[in-house]
Amino acid sequence: MKSAYSLRLGVPVVLLLGMAVVPALAQSPNAARSLAATCFTCHGTDGRSVGGVPPSLAGQSKNRLLQELKDFKADKRPATIMHQQAKGYTDEELEIIAGYFASVKPAPATTTVPAAPASRY
Amino acid sequence: MALTRREFIKWVSAGAGVSAVTGCAPMEEARATARVVIIGGGFSGATAAKYIRLWAPDIAVTLVERNPEFVSCPMSNLVLGGNARIGDLTFGYDGLKKRGVRILRDDAVAVDPGARQVRLANGTTLAYDRLIVAPGIDFMYDQIPGLRSAEAQNRIPHAWKAGPQTVALRKQLEAMRDGGVFVFHIPMAPYRCPPGPYERVCQVADYFKRAKPRSKIIVLDSNSDITSKKGLFLQSWDGAYKGIIDYRPNSELQDVDVKGMTVKLTFDNVKGDVLNVVPPHGAGNVARQAGLITTNQRWCNIDWLTCESTAVKGIHVLGDATLSAPGMPKSGSMANQHGKICAGAVVALLKGQPVFRNPAIMNACYSMVDGRSAMHVTSIHKYDPAQNTMVSVKGAGGVSPKASEIEGTYAWGWARNIWADTLS
Repeated sequence: MKSAYSLRLGVPVVLLLGMAVVPALAQSPNAARSLAATCFTCHGTDGRSVGGVPPSLAGQSKNRLLQELKDFKADKRPATIMHQQAKGYTDEELEIIAGYFASVKPAPATTTVPAAPASRY
Repeated sequence: MALTRREFIKWVSAGAGVSAVTGCAPMEEARATARVVIIGGGFSGATAAKYIRLWAPDIAVTLVERNPEFVSCPMSNLVLGGNARIGDLTFGYDGLKKRGVRILRDDAVAVDPGARQVRLANGTTLAYDRLIVAPGIDFMYDQIPGLRSAEAQNRIPHAWKAGPQTVALRKQLEAMRDGGVFVFHIPMAPYRCPPGPYERVCQVADYFKRAKPRSKIIVLDSNSDITSKKGLFLQSWDGAYKGIIDYRPNSELQDVDVKGMTVKLTFDNVKGDVLNVVPPHGAGNVARQAGLITTNQRWCNIDWLTCESTAVKGIHVLGDATLSAPGMPKSGSMANQHGKICAGAVVALLKGQPVFRNPAIMNACYSMVDGRSAMHVTSIHKYDPAQNTMVSVKGAGGVSPKASEIEGTYAWGWARNIWADTLS
C-alpha cells in the first residue's frame, strides 16, 4: 500500500520512485465523492438512478462494480458508451469510484416532476 | 447584513412554513457559517446550489433566478419535431427549496465585488462570502441590425433558450404550407451545444417527412463544416432525410430582412417561409457587468480547480458562460459537472480545507435523429497541473457507430437523471 511505503521509506525515496508528485489520490479529501460525482449526471445523485436507466449503482458490491468497470475499459464487456468512458479513468480512480458507490445505501432517487406534462406543446 | 429587515422576516417566516411541510427550512443566515449567492438557476447554477447544501448543510445558499421554472434545452429540439412537449421538459424549483436553498425570483443587475454584494432589480442587495455567476448566454443582436427590435426577435425566433421561443418556432412550422422552406442559421463556434443545430435539422426533417413531405430545409452554417458528430448526422441526412436538407457551409450572416423573410449573407440572399436565426452569443449580461469577461469580449476565463474567475477574486463562473478549456463543449452535462466541481471547491474554501486537486469532468451528449433513435458523443476531461487547465483524456471518449433505439432509451434516461441530479 502506498501509505505504508510513504511511512516506511520517507518522502524523498517515494519521489525517486515517481509516485508522489501529488499526494496519493486515495488520501485526498473528498476524492471519492468528487470522482463519483462525474457518474451522477447519468446514473443519478449518489448512484440512485431515476427509472433505473442507466442503472443504479448505489449499494452494489465494490468488487463486482470494479470488475465491470475494468471489463468496460478493456472492451471485454459490450456497451454503447461505458467502454469509451471507463477508459477515461485510471484503475486507481475506478477502485475509488466503485468503493464510493458500494458505501452508499440503496434508496429511491429524489426526482423532479414535469410542471405541465399535459400541455399542448 | 445581506437583507433588509423586512425581507429577512419574510424569509424566516416563509422558511418556517416550509419546515412544517418538509422538515427542511432554508438555512437561516444567523445560524449559517457562510453565505453563498448564486446568480442563475440553469444546469450549472442549480447543480452548484444543490451540492453545496448536500455537502455543507451549514452554508446558506440563495439562488437568484428570473424565470419561474427551469426549461431544459436538451430535448427541446424534439418539441420542434413534434416528438416531445415543452411541458415534459419544464420543472419547478421545489426540489432545491426542499434542500434548503432560498430561491429568489428576480434579476441580478449589478455586482460589487469590493463590498461583496449583489443588487437585484427590485432594489434589494444580497451580501455574499462567495458568489457564483451562472448566467448562461445572451445574444449579440447588435450584430444583426434587422433583429434589433423585440418584435423582430419574436418574428424570427432563435429558440436557442428553451421556452416560449421553442413553442413559437414550433407553431410557425405547423402553420407553414407544405412545400415551404425552413431556413436555419447557425453561428460561428464556439456556441451553446455543438451538435444541437444538426439535431434540430433532423427533428424538423422528421416532422416535414411525416406531415409536410414537399417541404425543404436550407441550413446556413457560419462554420466551414458540421462541427459535431458529422459522420453520424450525414448518415441520417443522406439516408432517411435524403432530398430534404440543403446544407451550405461558410454562410456567415450579415443581416436579416424580416419583412422580406430573407437571410442576407455576404454574397447571397436566402428567402424562406420560416426563418430561425441563432445569433452569435456570449456570457450572460450580468457577467459583463461584473467584469468577468476575459476573452473575445464574450467568455469568462476561470481556474478549473475551483471555477473561480481569473478576473475577479471571490466570484466563480460556471456553465456556457465560461471560456471552454480545449475540447470542452458548452453542454448541459458540462454545466452540471462544473456545478459539482465548484460546489466542492466553494465548500473547501469557505471551511479553510484543501481543494481537490484531481477533478474530472465526464461529458455525454445525446442527439435524437427522430422520435426514437439517438447517438452520442462522450469525452472525459481531467485537470492537468502542467497546463493549468482541463484536458481531454487521450484514448477515452468517442461517438456511437450509428443512431439506435437503444441509445434513444439511454438519451431519455440521461435526461431524467440529469434533471433530477440538477434540481431535486
